[in-house]
Amino acid sequence: MAQRIDVNDMNIYYGDFLAVEGVSMTIDPKSVTAFIGPSGCGKTTFLRTLNRMHEVTPGARVEGSVELEGVDLYGDDIDPVAVRRNIGMVFQRPNPFPTMSIRDNVLAGVKLNNRKMSKPDQDDLVESSLRGANLWNEVKDRLEKPGSGLSGGQQQRLCIARTIAVKPQVVLMDEPCSALDPISTLAIEDLIQELKKDFTIVIVTHNMQQAARVSDRTAFFNIAGTGKPGRLIEMNDTATIFSSPAVKATEDYVSGRFG
Amino acid sequence: MSVETTDATAHTRALLTTADPRRKTTDRTMSVLIWGAFALAMIPLVSLLWTVLVNGVGRLSPEFLSYSMRGIYGGDPSGGIYHAILGTLIITGWATLISVPIGLLTAIYLVEYGRGPLARSVTFFVDVMTGIPSIVAGLFVVAFMTIFLDPGTRLGIMGSIALSVLMIPVVVRSCEEMLKLVPNELREASYALGVPKWLTIVKVVLRTSVAGITTGILLAIARVIGETAPLLVAVGVTESINFNAFDGRMMTLPVFIYRQYSQGLASCQEGDLQCVADISYQNAWGAALVLIVIVMLLNITGRLVNRWFAPKLR
Amino acid sequence: MTTTDSPQRPARPGDHAERAPARRRRRGTTERGFNRVFRWIATGAGAFILATLAAVALFLLIRAWPALTASEDELSDAVGRIPEGTSLLEFVGPLIFGTLLAALLALALAMPVAMGIGLFISHYAPPRLAQVLGYLVDLLAAIPSVVYGLWGFLVLAPVLKPFWFWLGENLGWFPLFAGQVSATGKVLATVSVVLAVMILPIITAVSREVFLQTPKLHEEAALALGATRWEVIRVAVLPFGRSGVMSAAMLGLGRALGETMAVLMIISPGFLVYSLEILAAARHNTIAAFIALDFAEASGLGVNALIATGLALFLITMAVNMTARAIVARRKDFSGAN
Repeated sequence: MAQRIDVNDMNIYYGDFLAVEGVSMTIDPKSVTAFIGPSGCGKTTFLRTLNRMHEVTPGARVEGSVELEGVDLYGDDIDPVAVRRNIGMVFQRPNPFPTMSIRDNVLAGVKLNNRKMSKPDQDDLVESSLRGANLWNEVKDRLEKPGSGLSGGQQQRLCIARTIAVKPQVVLMDEPCSALDPISTLAIEDLIQELKKDFTIVIVTHNMQQAARVSDRTAFFNIAGTGKPGRLIEMNDTATIFSSPAVKATEDYVSGRFG
Repeated sequence: MSVETTDATAHTRALLTTADPRRKTTDRTMSVLIWGAFALAMIPLVSLLWTVLVNGVGRLSPEFLSYSMRGIYGGDPSGGIYHAILGTLIITGWATLISVPIGLLTAIYLVEYGRGPLARSVTFFVDVMTGIPSIVAGLFVVAFMTIFLDPGTRLGIMGSIALSVLMIPVVVRSCEEMLKLVPNELREASYALGVPKWLTIVKVVLRTSVAGITTGILLAIARVIGETAPLLVAVGVTESINFNAFDGRMMTLPVFIYRQYSQGLASCQEGDLQCVADISYQNAWGAALVLIVIVMLLNITGRLVNRWFAPKLR
Repeated sequence: MTTTDSPQRPARPGDHAERAPARRRRRGTTERGFNRVFRWIATGAGAFILATLAAVALFLLIRAWPALTASEDELSDAVGRIPEGTSLLEFVGPLIFGTLLAALLALALAMPVAMGIGLFISHYAPPRLAQVLGYLVDLLAAIPSVVYGLWGFLVLAPVLKPFWFWLGENLGWFPLFAGQVSATGKVLATVSVVLAVMILPIITAVSREVFLQTPKLHEEAALALGATRWEVIRVAVLPFGRSGVMSAAMLGLGRALGETMAVLMIISPGFLVYSLEILAAARHNTIAAFIALDFAEASGLGVNALIATGLALFLITMAVNMTARAIVARRKDFSGAN
C-alpha cells in the first residue's frame, strides 16, 4: 500500500519563471515526511508536482523526474489521472463537495472508478474510511446530511476519509491544519500517526512544532530572495534537523530567528 | 531482493498506466462534444454573416444609399434606403436622448444613494424590464398615446419611446457596473476637500467612469437599433423621406428589411430588362448588410472606447 | 421616498453588500441646496422606471379591456380571424400554446449547446483564446432579429427541409414529427432552430459566468481523487452551477417567448389549432408574430383584441423573468451566507 518516492533534480517553472530549482530527495514508505520553510519558498509548489496537480495552473511545467517505486510519474505512458488516484492530496482549506452528503463525499472518488459497487460494499467502505479518519463515531448517525454542516476539523477529516477511500499509495497534505483550531489540529496530528501505518505521508506545514511532533524526516526549503527560485536546503531525520542541523539557515529558521 | 523490486516497479507501472478505458472514452467524448458545441454555434454565425455579405454587397451603390423608395413599384431596380437610414438614425437618436438621462440618473441613484425597499425594487424591476418583449413595448406606446392622439396615429417619436422602454434597463445596468468600479477612496478624497456630494458625483465619479459609460451607451444603442417589431407597430411604414419624428410615419432599416421581404418576388414581363424579379430580396439583403455594419461599428467603437480611454483603476 | 432614504436612518444589516461603501460614509446631519435637489432628481429617475413598468401593465390592461369584455359576435365582426361563436380565450389559447411550444423547443435545442459553449470557454479553451471566443458568441446577440428572419426564411428553411422530411419518414410515430411534412420547410421546427440560435448567447453568457465562479477548491478536490476533466465538471462544476444554469434557461426562455420577427418571417401561420406536429405547415403561430402580422390592418375593437393578446404575452414573460431573477437572487444570498 505504501510506496517510496525518489525525486531527481527537479526544476519547476511557471512560464519562464523558475519557481523551484534542483530538488532531489527520497521519501520513505510508511513514514511521515514534513516540508518546512518560509512563505514563498516553493514547498507547496513542489508538493503539487508530486501528483501532477501543478498542471492545473496554466504555464506550469517541470524538468527532472519523480519516481514512484522506480516509475517516473512524468513518463510518456503515464496517465496523470491515475497518478492522482494513487497519490492523494488533502488541501489547506477543507473542501468537501457542498452538494453531496457525508456518505457521498466519502464515496466520490470510488464512484468515479467503480460504478458497480454493491450497497453493502459501499457501506463497508464508508465505515472503514471514516473510522480510518477518526470520524466515524461523530458522523455515523448523519451520513446522509451535507458535509458542509460539519465543523472545520470534521470537514478536514472527512476530506482525509475521502482521500483514503480510494486506497492511494501516498497521501500529500498541504498545510492541512492551517485553517483549524488547536483541538482539531491535534486530532489531525493523531490521525497522521495512525495513517502512516498504511500510507506514505508528505505534509507541508508552517508550524515547526507540528513538523517536530508528527514527522519522521524533515526537509527544509528556503529562498535566496524575491524572484529567486526556492531550493531544498537540507533534509534529514526530524530529530537531527531540530537539534543539530548541518546548515546555518536551517538552524536560524528552526530556532525562530527568521521566517 | 532485486526480483522483489522489479515486481514492485512493474506493479506500480501498472497502477499508473491502467486507466479505465470506459472513463477515458467518456472524457474524450465529452471533450469532442464540448468543442463540437462551440463549432456548432459558429455555423449559423458564419453562414449568416457570409450570406448577408454576399447577397448584400451587390446591391450597395451610392444611389442605393442616397435615394428613397418613393414611387418605386414592382421589379424596378432603382430607389434606395436613404429614408430608412435617416429614420433609424433619428428614431434611435431620440431614444438615446430619452434613455441616457433617465438611465444614468437611475444608476447614480442606485450606486450613490439607493438603499431600502425603493432601491431594491428598482434593481429588481430593472432586471425584469430587460425581459419585456419588444413588441409589447410597441403595443404599450400605442396604448399610451391614445390619451393624446388619434388612435391611428403613428409617429417616429412613438418608436423612440418604445425603444426607450427597451433601452433604459440596459443603460442602467451598464452604467451601474461602471459607477461601482470607481474606487471609494476617490469619493472620500473629494469629500475631504469639502466638495459637496452632487459635485463629487458629477466631477469625480462621472468623470472617472465616462469611458465605461460611453461604452455602455454605445452597446445599448447597438442593442436597440436593430429592433423591428416595436417600430412596425408604433411607427408604421413609408416610402418617403421624413426628417420630423413628430409628424407622420417614418421608415427604419429593420422595418425596411421586413417590408421588402414581405413584398416577395415581383412579376416581370418576359424580356423586360428594367424589371428584376427578386429586387425586393436584394434590397432586403442590402439593407441588412448596412444595418449589420452599423451594429458592428457601434459594438467595436464601444469596446475600443473602453480600452483606450478607461482610466487604469487597478 | 425621502423618508425611506433619510440620512438619520441607521444602516441595516440586510442591505446589499455592494452598497456597503455608501453605508460606511457618514452624511452631514442635513443636506442643503443643490445636494438635496440632485438626490431628488436621481431618486425620481429610479421611481420613474417603476412608474413606467406599472404604466406598461396598466395601459395594456385598459386598452385590452374592451376586447376582454366584448361579446363573441362583436369580436368575430371586428377581427377577421376570429370565426363566429369563438371566444377570445378559444382564439388566444392556441397562440399561447404555439408560443410556449416554439420557445420550449428552442430552449431544449439551445440548452445543451449553450452549456457546452459555457464549459468550453470556462474549462476547455486555452485561457488566452477564451475571451475572443466568448466575443464571437456575443456577436450572435448583436445580429438584429429581422436579419435572422431573412436568413431563416431564405437560407435555413431550404437547408433544413430535407432533414424534416427524413424525420417525418423515419420518426413519424413520434408525436412531434407526425403529420404531413411541409413542402416549404417554413414550419415551427425551423422557427425553433432559429430561436435557439438567437437565445444561445444569453444562456451562454450566464452559464459561462457561473462555471467560472466554481471554487478552485472543489475542482482540485475532484482532481486529487483522480477525476478526469469531464469528471471534475460532473462532480464539482455542474452541481455548483445548477441554479445559475436554471436561471440562464429561464432568461433564454423569456427571450424566445417574446421574439417576433424571426417567427413572423419564417412560419406559415395557422390559427385555432392545438397541434404538436411541428413539421406540418399552417398549424401554429405565436402571440408576438400574430400581433405583428395583423396590427397594421387592425382598427377599433381589433386593436383592443391584439393588445389583449399582447397582455397575455407580457404576463407570461414577466412570470418567467421574475422566476429567473428570484433564482439568481436566492443564489446570491446562498453564496453570501457561506
